[in-house]
Amino acid sequence: MSMTETPPRPPATPQAPPRPESRLRRFLDSDIFYSWKRSPVTILATVTALTLILIAILAPWIAPYDPFNPASLNLMDGFTPPVSQGPFSENWFLMGADNQGRDVLSTIMYGSRVSLFVGFMATMFAMVLGVGLGLTAGYNGGMIDAVIMRIADIQLSFPAILIALLIFGVARGMIPASHQESMAIWVLILAIGLSNWAQFARTVRGATMVEREKDYVSAARIMGVHPILILLRHILPNVLGPVLVIGTIGLALAIIEEATLSFLGVGVPPTQPSLGTLIRIGQQYLFSGEWWILFFPAVTLILLALSVNLLGDWLRDALNPKLR
Amino acid sequence: MLAFIIRRLAQSVLVMLFVALIAFVIFRYVGDPITSMVGVETRLEDQEIMRDRLGLNDPVVIQFARFIGNALQGEFGISYRLQQPVTELILSRLPATLELAVASALIALVFGVVLGVFTALRPKSFVTAGIMAASLVGVSLPTFLIGIGLIYVFSVELGWLPSFGRGEVVDLGWWRTGLLTESGLKSIILPAITLSLFQLTLIMRLVRAEMLEVLRTEYIRFARARGLTQRAINFGHALKNTMVPVITITGLQLGSVIAFAIVTETVFQWPGVGSLFITSVQVVDVPVMAAYLMFIALVFVLINLIVDILYYVVDPRLRVDGGASGN
Amino acid sequence: MTEPLLSVRGLTVEFPTRHGILTAVEDITLDIMPGEVLGMVGESGAGKSMTGNAIIGLIEPPGRIARGEILLKGQRIDNLPPDEMRAIRGRRIGMIFQDPLTSLNPLYRISDQLVETIRTHLPMSQEAARKRAIQLLDDVGIPDAARRIDDYPHQFSGGMRQRVVIALALCAEPDLVIADEPTTALDVSVQAQIIDVMKQLCADRGAAILLVTHDMGVIAETANRVAVMYAGRIAEIGPVREVIKDARHPYTAGLMGAIPRLGENLDRLQQIPGAMPRLSSIPQGCAFNPRCPKVFDRCRSHRPSLSQAEVGRQVACWLYDGVTEA
Repeated sequence: MSMTETPPRPPATPQAPPRPESRLRRFLDSDIFYSWKRSPVTILATVTALTLILIAILAPWIAPYDPFNPASLNLMDGFTPPVSQGPFSENWFLMGADNQGRDVLSTIMYGSRVSLFVGFMATMFAMVLGVGLGLTAGYNGGMIDAVIMRIADIQLSFPAILIALLIFGVARGMIPASHQESMAIWVLILAIGLSNWAQFARTVRGATMVEREKDYVSAARIMGVHPILILLRHILPNVLGPVLVIGTIGLALAIIEEATLSFLGVGVPPTQPSLGTLIRIGQQYLFSGEWWILFFPAVTLILLALSVNLLGDWLRDALNPKLR
Repeated sequence: MLAFIIRRLAQSVLVMLFVALIAFVIFRYVGDPITSMVGVETRLEDQEIMRDRLGLNDPVVIQFARFIGNALQGEFGISYRLQQPVTELILSRLPATLELAVASALIALVFGVVLGVFTALRPKSFVTAGIMAASLVGVSLPTFLIGIGLIYVFSVELGWLPSFGRGEVVDLGWWRTGLLTESGLKSIILPAITLSLFQLTLIMRLVRAEMLEVLRTEYIRFARARGLTQRAINFGHALKNTMVPVITITGLQLGSVIAFAIVTETVFQWPGVGSLFITSVQVVDVPVMAAYLMFIALVFVLINLIVDILYYVVDPRLRVDGGASGN
Repeated sequence: MTEPLLSVRGLTVEFPTRHGILTAVEDITLDIMPGEVLGMVGESGAGKSMTGNAIIGLIEPPGRIARGEILLKGQRIDNLPPDEMRAIRGRRIGMIFQDPLTSLNPLYRISDQLVETIRTHLPMSQEAARKRAIQLLDDVGIPDAARRIDDYPHQFSGGMRQRVVIALALCAEPDLVIADEPTTALDVSVQAQIIDVMKQLCADRGAAILLVTHDMGVIAETANRVAVMYAGRIAEIGPVREVIKDARHPYTAGLMGAIPRLGENLDRLQQIPGAMPRLSSIPQGCAFNPRCPKVFDRCRSHRPSLSQAEVGRQVACWLYDGVTEA
């Protein structure tokens, strides 16, 4: 299955439903917006992150070339330096061309798309799993709590990348060879997601245990409200703040993790290169002087990870001024 | 003290059993051990005979017990890819990884503590703002990019340091070290720095946060009120109290360093355990994967144990109150 | 009349915050005579601890002394360079903190903390300092001091730890000891002992005490004079007996009325209505005027300053304006 047939679509960022002006007003007056306005670094990070995300979403329409369409590329254009025309074609290469004559700018646009898609999906997966298990553990306590948190503890003491590698290796061993390439992205999402759930679970569990003791929860329980309803309606809204913070920082981590796995050659298949894959390719030409094949994807990856990380950092401070 | 150690030991054994279970499941159920060993062409009857002989038809519990028994004797089977005993493979590559990990842990510890103390004592300085900003950029940089960047500057552009390999090694019989030759020492610099940076920022931020916390405590105010010198307060009282949690985290980080070495070893083609693991994941060399998992878990558990005991030695409160209510 | 040991003149401590400057302590003027025990009483937030911190030079930034001066035996100490002020702390002014559980470094032996402090201020060998430390622990009433000196703080009970804190505050023979709520965190049963030990030791050494507390009972039994603080200012200052018997400031009167006394009609036990204003919203005029039963127009517009009511007594209240002239 090729990329062009089913372009993976990064999920839209969740937004408040369009409501009357009052909600916008309230947001503009809030402390959070105030602290956002006050921090030039955060504004810059927001703009950078949104721009990169937008470029990734729109890649099929705004990329100068389709780097995966053999008809549009000429192998002889390989290694064309930046801001010049390919010697054997009409193609212009703003960021140069790679070893196969693909436009580096276009591969970056498509590559960000893969990186962001994997990052988003993996973070969502980790979030749903972690929040679910955290709520369960915190609300029920006892044996369930002990088992879940013990596993989370053990997992948290190992680096995520190691866990992801193991899961990836295991999944590879279990999936028949014929399906490996088409399943690779989902295996990657599974691996990264599974390696990051524990942080969510730990935070949500703590907050749940606090909320559970509050009077309104006891009242709801006595009135016979179903535990699932209590969890969703009363407890979940109270833990959303920290979850959002961990989710944002987790997204940056997931993007880095994906890039690392792809760089190690165990990530996405070569037919769907992510930023990490592009860097892996570019690294081979570091010594021979074709720096642009490595440089531009690397800068994009750094900008992406850094801006998302900065956003997460700011969000943490804004939602909880007491934390450093 | 004894009760404390025994309790910790029991916990460690439990964790190891849990990890062993995962390793066993991987070892036994990922791929088919028989086809991996003899290939698919062998007749089914012969496969069945082998299966019986290897005990693959025994109850799972017995197989798991046998797996643990073998593991205790350092027996993890034969690598599918290299056709060598896995234990031998890991042991032969262990010195490279350990030397790299220890070197980078030292770098991380020394610079992390120094920078952390500095930034805590001079919170308003421009240098501090610069260091903090750099550390934030540092955690956003993937390790492999740092490695590539260092290679580009120091190997490609300046040509000062080698970009891959371990250099010349000296065989001490039981240990092949790269630390005794000039090329070996030169070779370890870049990978060690690369591997250390992430831990360095972590330790620095931890030291800074702990130190700021300690500097706000009453006993530091009381030390000031007694007219002790700034030096005695900062580097005696405050630093000693800061170091207690820092020891724990730093110790635990050593395990992470060994695991993180996977990436660094790949970038610098460092012939260690990490690069062995990566190739085994790429080709699904299950025995190596399972053994590496056990190995890393063992390292973590051992380090945890040592750190706990160290903690116990450093903090007098734990010594007397007894471990039961220790933390 | 002898020269005061410590003179505070018009001391004002300010904290710049995002919402403007908060004045934690305003225009404090008081003297402490050698060997005297001056009590300082008031509700929490009245500025008593802040005054103590200002005297010993330990105001946490961004707080700062905005106006006024502090003189120790006639020498100004509020504007000394940090290292000279450090040499005064512990050596000439000692301080006892509120909570003995947190004021000792848990990772250092008692002996280390004592010897370190002694040798910082006095030219002594390790052995001599240790001998002195044992003597001090003995003085503050720690049984078997020679053996217990090498214990860690957590091996002592709260009361014993506060004795260690007193030994630490006194180990370089200061002329003045600032005791900031020295018994508040302790069990009621040992409070009196600790106060006794502290008072006795200071008396033996001729050291004066500034006793900061919210407990009027402790002041009544311990202090020679008392300063009553309200919203960062001194409301009234005078000899303890006279202030208790015949309070001039309506706030002091209210404070005394709130102490139950043996043999008195319980009807007289009363509370002052309302609460002390926050530093950010101190009313115009006298800070006490919204709660004062005797308030009149002038109190709402003009702030009274501390003035002589009679020999040895000063009060900041318009009720007594002109009494000195008359």
